[in-house]
Amino acid sequence: MAEVGAPTVVVDDLHVVYRVYGAGGDKGTAATALMRVIKRQRRPSVREVHAIRGVSFVVNHGDAIGVIGRNGSGKSTLLQAIAGLLPPEQGCVYTSGQAALLGVNAALLDDLTGERNVVLGCLAMGMTPQQVKDRFQSIVDFSGVGNFIDYPMRTYSTGMAQRLRFSIASAKSHEILMIDEALATGDANFRAKSHGKIMELRGEAGTVFLVAHNLAEIEASCNRVIWLEKGKIMMQGTDVPAIVDAYLEATGGEPRKRDNTPTATSTPDHTATP
Amino acid sequence: MPRARATETLDPGRYLNGNGLPSKPLVAPADTAGTVTSLRERCESRMRARARDQGGPGTLTDDLAPPEVSAEPLSDVPLAELAAQFNLRPSAARPGVLAYAGQLWDRRHFILGFATARNVAMYTEARLGQLWQVLTPLLNAAVYYLIFGKILDTSRGVPNFIAFLITGIFVWNFTQRSLITASRVMPDSLPLIRALPFPRACLPIGYVLIELQQLLMSMVILTVIVLATGEPLTWYWLLAIPALALQAVFNAGMALFLARLGAGADDFGQLMPFLVRTWMYASGVMYSISTISTLKHHATIRYLLEINPAAVYITLVRNAILRSQRLAAPGSKPFDQLKCNLYTTHLSDSHYLYDSAYCHAQVTPGQFWLYGAGWAVVALVAGFVFFWQAETRYGRG
Repeated sequence: MAEVGAPTVVVDDLHVVYRVYGAGGDKGTAATALMRVIKRQRRPSVREVHAIRGVSFVVNHGDAIGVIGRNGSGKSTLLQAIAGLLPPEQGCVYTSGQAALLGVNAALLDDLTGERNVVLGCLAMGMTPQQVKDRFQSIVDFSGVGNFIDYPMRTYSTGMAQRLRFSIASAKSHEILMIDEALATGDANFRAKSHGKIMELRGEAGTVFLVAHNLAEIEASCNRVIWLEKGKIMMQGTDVPAIVDAYLEATGGEPRKRDNTPTATSTPDHTATP
Repeated sequence: MPRARATETLDPGRYLNGNGLPSKPLVAPADTAGTVTSLRERCESRMRARARDQGGPGTLTDDLAPPEVSAEPLSDVPLAELAAQFNLRPSAARPGVLAYAGQLWDRRHFILGFATARNVAMYTEARLGQLWQVLTPLLNAAVYYLIFGKILDTSRGVPNFIAFLITGIFVWNFTQRSLITASRVMPDSLPLIRALPFPRACLPIGYVLIELQQLLMSMVILTVIVLATGEPLTWYWLLAIPALALQAVFNAGMALFLARLGAGADDFGQLMPFLVRTWMYASGVMYSISTISTLKHHATIRYLLEINPAAVYITLVRNAILRSQRLAAPGSKPFDQLKCNLYTTHLSDSHYLYDSAYCHAQVTPGQFWLYGAGWAVVALVAGFVFFWQAETRYGRG
């Protein structure tokens, strides 16, 4: 592990572009397709999404960074780029080791039983068959899916599938850990359990990124925050409450009330305050 | 004032597309986000809609009022130098080709588990389940027996034509299915690629392993059929194992090659079935290249067809398990112009079927093994390097 305070992640003028297929466009007939070829136009059904547009920051060992922003502002893309899953179009991401992205949407094979998904997920993360065997029971127990572990994943409820994915992904400790909305899953019981697990993983990991719409979670866990908007950094810094307030102000949210008992949710989803 | 703002935020869709239109809530705030099947799917479908709306790149359409930003200085030195100073590596860096092969070896359990799991999953929806693994080749063989053995009743100048044909089809199917699935593997696995870091070559190789497992099942059926047609069980049968092993290596190399080609536009995937079918007709699955009369005066074409990899592996397996093929193979008896002519002029006469052995061989059985090994090595090395060169780009889609 690097010394405390040394940079572990350096993001230098990062641009990420990814392709999206199947976007609409013309009428979709053979005739319009032929005209496109003759006129040498690009396919309208392939769009390039410029999701990250020139982001730079330095993260040090021991930092916990909250990434906030509206849906579609590039938070998940940024994490995927840091993990090396999406290639940079321009600029570069430097890391001290393989960053692990722990998302609720870590792809698993829906046709397979939960049991096989646990084994495959662990093997894909680079565990040996023996390690998988040793940890199998604890992963299943933590997920709490019970007898459903023998059923195909497509029969799972959304919450159950996400619980299992989270359990698989958190079965290994990582030097750089990125958590993408993993706390939004499951019922209250599982949220409490997974929060504890994340705290434990944070203790082992050198650096933690946390994407959440739950701003209370961000304020409770992070010492720095990055606010992304349209693929650019709107604000970043160590004054977490100030940036969170500015974010709420700009998006039309209600300023957070801060007292000794932080509320579970901060985004206004209730009726008008009396 | 706070009251006004609070009522304003009642509509959760408001700040997602602030275009003044009545909007249904695309995404509820954090609390209910967990009830959507997949965050990524939801994300991408919105991207598509926005891309169309804008006619250009972008994700969000409305503008936020930027706050008064007090930018913190990032670093005194250029960031790249800072990274180098602390020994940080680019996250999307491609390992060296040998290191990559090592990584692949480390994930061998994943590749094997992936292949087995996919194989099992393939039949979960069917009532007969894994039985289809046996039934599919069996039905295939039955259809070919019916058409070629009973309806057309043709030997095409080949002794024991049914065994010859079914062997060719089963062996060819291994290559055909490997190539077609491999050309689709990268776009099909995009969610997996964007979720977990692992050497991407695991995927095409895993798909070839799936087909290899299917092939082994077919081989059991084939053994029964071939023995039923009267071929003897001999030590030569063991040669089928190295022949199929070489074919598997060749298929893996081709799969890596096609996986990268198929990772870009889908046009290639659409073209694949035609390319593969053409290749099948050129590889002597349903006729014998070495004895077919239409190629009598085209020695070069015949030679090229005979050494094409698919034909080489099919011939190797046929020579291993079919005694009739070993006996009838050109060159297996001393050359005799008269008997060879008798064979070519009486192709439909079963009395002269084995006389093709008295003709000249263009490729000898030993040379088939050399070609088989050569193709396997060339395909694997070229395919592996070609695939590895784009390793970091597969996530882009």
